[in-house]
Amino acid sequence: MFEISKESIEDYKNKSLLTHECGAVVTFEGRVRNHNDGQSVDSLEYEVYKALAVKEGEKILQNAKEKFDIINAFCIHRVGHLQIGDLAVWIVVTSKHRKEAFKACEYIIDAVKDTVPIWKKEHYSDKSLESKWVYCNDDHQH
Amino acid sequence: MKIKIMYFAALREQAKKSDEILETSFTNPNDIYNYLKRKYNFSLEINELKVAVNDFYEDFDFELKEMDSLVFIPPVAGG
Repeated sequence: MFEISKESIEDYKNKSLLTHECGAVVTFEGRVRNHNDGQSVDSLEYEVYKALAVKEGEKILQNAKEKFDIINAFCIHRVGHLQIGDLAVWIVVTSKHRKEAFKACEYIIDAVKDTVPIWKKEHYSDKSLESKWVYCNDDHQH
Repeated sequence: MKIKIMYFAALREQAKKSDEILETSFTNPNDIYNYLKRKYNFSLEINELKVAVNDFYEDFDFELKEMDSLVFIPPVAGG
């Protein structure tokens, strides 16, 4: 299941997808950091096209289940104005064995960054710099 | 015909609106974006965008119908 939230998503970290067949649980936390491309960042503003984002997100999770031998997967992305350290995206994958869960988790975050219609605007510590929409079509290093 | 257009991120800021109903004789997203790019002075080139019609990704030559919902998608940056 893929969700979008305007509120803090910290509580989702208590979410359990565990069943008795699970031998591995891999989670990913994407957090707001204080710099990007050599600039000091104060905060990030995320915007979403929700109807399409949820549809694309669900497709990614479904693809992950078909590509990898996993049991279940969940992803939530926060939107709105986030501060340094805030949790922006959280993913959990369960599987019988660890390797497939690690691979599926990385596949999901890469695909989310690549195709889900979510945008982020950086606000810089240096107030002489204009806030800027980030276009990361690179190799997912952000 | 009338087309419902929603704007996000940089396009929303440059159009200074989140949505509008456009009365147009253009029938595909390609022609409509070229028209809007001139109207609002959009900085993004069409080859940097994707397009969604009625909440599905489509091609820029997709044939639009009355009151279809159209969204031009700037490069995404989730995560």
